[in-house]
Amino acid sequence: MGADVRLLTAPFDPAAELAAFTAAHPQAGGVVSFLGQVRADGAVEVLELQHYAPLTLPGMTALGQAVLGRWALDGVLILHRSGVMAPAEPIVLVAAAARHRRDAFAAADFAMDHLKSESWFWKREKAGGAWRWIEPREADYADLARWG
Amino acid sequence: MAMLVFLGRLADLAGGPAREVMGGPLDSVLAGLEPDLALALLDERVRIALNGELVGERSITLQAGDELAFLPPVSGG
Repeated sequence: MGADVRLLTAPFDPAAELAAFTAAHPQAGGVVSFLGQVRADGAVEVLELQHYAPLTLPGMTALGQAVLGRWALDGVLILHRSGVMAPAEPIVLVAAAARHRRDAFAAADFAMDHLKSESWFWKREKAGGAWRWIEPREADYADLARWG
Repeated sequence: MAMLVFLGRLADLAGGPAREVMGGPLDSVLAGLEPDLALALLDERVRIALNGELVGERSITLQAGDELAFLPPVSGG
């Protein structure tokens, strides 16, 4: 089955997306999803994700195919925002539908680790009126290395 | 003319997301930029993509109409 992979430049409704994905895969016994949202930690006013069109969506699409090739899935959903987002706004939604739950858990985990560390996005946040670029964390690379 | 594209923090350093330059060997193109920008672009963690394709080596020559993107370490999700 297929991958639904989209790069979004406007806000999206994760509940509606997940409902549509689940409805499209009635044969799946389990659906695992992960939603990443902008942390509301007080100081941060907005978060901005930039992408590079020639690489970003093609890379996400390749990731979707890699996930499908690695686990027995009925489908995979990968949605990622670009642009400016306010605290509590969704950034990323990943879901995997499978006959058995372990494949779905692993596939969603794998997709998120690769989105964090390998996809072509650059993130900065604005706090106190000043922008600051977010550097990748060592932990993100360690997460990625788990998959060999 | 060729186009240099700067992603992430490199755009701040360059003062904008893109810049038109004369074509030629990449070394010469970089030598014509501000030293601090050129230095940042030479960082080994910065990947480059020529016309939308990642390239592993930097001994390239820019032709008219080429787009060369400089990609610092990513931070998505």
